[in-house]
Amino acid sequence: MQQYFHELAAFLDGSIKGSEQYKCWLQAEASDFVRFNKSAIRQPGHVRQVNLALDLIDGARHAGSMLTLSGDLTADKALLERNVADLRAQLPDLPEDPYLLVATEVNSTEHIVPSALPPTEQMVDEILGIAGGVDLVGFLASGPVWRGFANSYGQRNWHEVSSFNLDFSLYLARDKAVKTSYAGFVWDSAQFRAKFEDAKRQLALLGRDPVSLTPGNYRAYLTPAAVGELVSMFNWNGFSEKSLRTKQSALRRLRDDGVTLNPMITLCENTAEGLAPAFQAEGFLRPPRIALLEQGRLAGSIVNPRTAREYGIPANGGDADEQASTFDLAAGTLEQDRILAELGTGVFISNLWYLNYSDRANCRITGMTRFASFWVEDGAIKAPLNVMRFDDSLFRVFGDKLLGLTREREMLVDGDTYMNRGTNSALLPGALVRDFTFVL
Amino acid sequence: MPDSISALFKSLAPAVDFCSLRVVDETSEQITVRQDVLQPLTTTVDRGAMVTVIHRGGYGYAATSDLSAAGLKDAIARARRWAETGAGRSVVDYSKIALPRPSGSYRTPVGARRPDAVPRKELIELLMRESQSCRIDERIVDWYATLGRIASTQLYVTADGAEVRQEFSYLMPGLAVTAHDGNDTQTRSFGGQNNGTCRQGGMEILDQTGFIGAGRRVAGEALELLLAPNCPSGRMDVLLMPEQMMLQIHESIGHPLELDRILGDERNFAGTSFVTLDMFGSYRYGSELLNVTFDPTRDNEYATYRWDDDGQPAERAYIIRDGILERPLGGTISQARAGGIAGVANSRACSWNRPPIDRMANLNIEPGTSSLDDMVRSVERGVLMDTNVSWSIDDSRNKFQFGCERGRLIENGELKGVVKNPNYRGISASFWRSLKAVGNASTMDVMGTPFCGKGEPSQVIRVGHASPACLFADVDVFGGEA
Repeated sequence: MQQYFHELAAFLDGSIKGSEQYKCWLQAEASDFVRFNKSAIRQPGHVRQVNLALDLIDGARHAGSMLTLSGDLTADKALLERNVADLRAQLPDLPEDPYLLVATEVNSTEHIVPSALPPTEQMVDEILGIAGGVDLVGFLASGPVWRGFANSYGQRNWHEVSSFNLDFSLYLARDKAVKTSYAGFVWDSAQFRAKFEDAKRQLALLGRDPVSLTPGNYRAYLTPAAVGELVSMFNWNGFSEKSLRTKQSALRRLRDDGVTLNPMITLCENTAEGLAPAFQAEGFLRPPRIALLEQGRLAGSIVNPRTAREYGIPANGGDADEQASTFDLAAGTLEQDRILAELGTGVFISNLWYLNYSDRANCRITGMTRFASFWVEDGAIKAPLNVMRFDDSLFRVFGDKLLGLTREREMLVDGDTYMNRGTNSALLPGALVRDFTFVL
Repeated sequence: MPDSISALFKSLAPAVDFCSLRVVDETSEQITVRQDVLQPLTTTVDRGAMVTVIHRGGYGYAATSDLSAAGLKDAIARARRWAETGAGRSVVDYSKIALPRPSGSYRTPVGARRPDAVPRKELIELLMRESQSCRIDERIVDWYATLGRIASTQLYVTADGAEVRQEFSYLMPGLAVTAHDGNDTQTRSFGGQNNGTCRQGGMEILDQTGFIGAGRRVAGEALELLLAPNCPSGRMDVLLMPEQMMLQIHESIGHPLELDRILGDERNFAGTSFVTLDMFGSYRYGSELLNVTFDPTRDNEYATYRWDDDGQPAERAYIIRDGILERPLGGTISQARAGGIAGVANSRACSWNRPPIDRMANLNIEPGTSSLDDMVRSVERGVLMDTNVSWSIDDSRNKFQFGCERGRLIENGELKGVVKNPNYRGISASFWRSLKAVGNASTMDVMGTPFCGKGEPSQVIRVGHASPACLFADVDVFGGEA
């Protein structure tokens, strides 16, 4: 695929005329997808797709296309030739773009993790082999993902990773289930079996009679997965520099009104230790680390090239939507194996679900508990929890309500498969909070 | 789309129980002017095909963007291999399901001008005018006008001769204005901030929806919200306008009634449902005023079609009649898995690279008899809420909390002042039973969303929701923080 991409780029090098420049961004994958329900196969299949975003630039005018390519070089060169002509014809009708910023400094990179994956059918055999007698529902994605950038200045970037992600739940009944995942680059049968057996052990706890809480404030422990749901809301324009400047960011008050979070909160975009490419779609490199929150104070933002040009500030590798791709929340001092004792009496929240802002100006969020969440008394799990709705401000949950973060952190691999397989990840601790507000 | 692809596929089709080809060829463009600056313009051309094979009881698919003979041949072999892998280990014996063998064609009715025939320059100028009309005050800090246009051709072919061709034209106008002052920021939009105004048809949609000239009105309402008090808290009546009703229908009727959720397919991702198979035919979903139809035949609605992606002919059907639950939203395969329960033609895929699953298409509330004035007059204390801005619901689709852009107090039968941050929460299983009035046809609007997410692998699909204004009693209402 890399050779194919470089040949396409060389063809584009020869296709531009006069003062024209181009940049292009390739997203491709060859994925096996297998869906399971009730420990049987629901929908298995394969998707092979190659997409190329091409931008033809002449001075301050530019026009773009997003094409599905066949992967056949001869056919795709012919398609690109027609497309370049189309884009060239558009340019005179388009106004100059005052915020166009082009990566002219050549920064070529390459990151390749060769495939060490077994045939997907082998993974399926192991999954079905172990899942007899339980109700397993879930999804396996496996195969290579490719990202590439090229421009007429000669920059070439390549990111190629073959990975798998098995995201699954074991169900006891109705909505009572344990959710877990097993992801990586090398399928280890023993590791998979250990993950599965651990989930199965937790499932036994869900057999107890569930409790429903009266709405109110409760001491709560949030696992790294639950913390991940909260932190992911910062990606709804929270750290977007454009959103901060236009007063729409939920974190605006951290910059404008002197609001601070708990000093335990130090958050960065940690590209160096993440799974996402170290370059973005317009060819700008992401720095290894961007400080976003330092000891509770806003320390930075995500800046894409347009925002940089508009406000006269440096870009830092932000994509068009100015979202972080690799959140890293600093660890605390709570020990994971003592977390029930630290919680004492309260709610153990394994997963949160369907979050949204209920009052964005005050960073107030609502959402649901989901999967294996428990009521805990005196450091011991008493009963599974019927789902509860919370509504609370992250200014408080990560502010004066935060009691501690765990020393151990989990690497959460984003299993997103909208349009294509995602490359985001997050490194997060669990969090102990007081007075977490449930409303329904 | 190559004209010869149907014949090519048939010549390559293997000797299996069932084999189909679904080709999607789609050109789309989203033109956006933000703060009077044209945003980077991208024309997307997406073209590919999915082969589905059913063999020895197993089901397999393979999607490819290589539409050559070699590409199709490879996809057929991969789909067949997956079907064989699933044989005897699948949720159902797929070979026993009688899939339709449709024939025909469909084309979106379009007025005088097809969107894909309008010069780009003309659309940019139109959006620039709307954008420029938004900045009516220094407190306006951000604004945009946008227009999406899509031309999509879809071909469905079975190896044994069925063939359907459908051509769709979509238009999605949108606009939003953000105002800021002191500690507050408020955004008001035309049809919602996620393209709630989206329909099939031609350029006539801009006139039908009132898009032209909307910029100044929306900007005025954004400023109005900045000065408004927060929505009060308490239990009271809520009058929901179509721009919020679309979301209420979508989340708390549409998703819980999807048959694949009821069968458990989505439990690891989008969730399950509080609805169970035994409820169909007898369960009281709402008050007797509630009538819900699945209607993929309504010409201008966003998810209109004549056949679904498993080839089932699309027909209008009552889902809930006089408040009683009648049938689920499930296509041919789900119906068979559920013991032959009657469903609808809603097995749909977002594109060539995702397999069909149960989706809601056009799901509408039928008009009632009340005028908007009648409904307002009947309220002693309540809030009119318009245009969704926040949505959250549990994985069984029961406990929900929704927020709107704009509210107006109703006191003693009269509309009063504007309130900001209007929110309400409830439980689906009881909320629809509190429906106490349904607006007549004059209160109807045709909305939808291009962004309904679901499935593993995940899919974002187009759905439509037409609804009148509806009045609900005794709802838990609240506003933002002071």
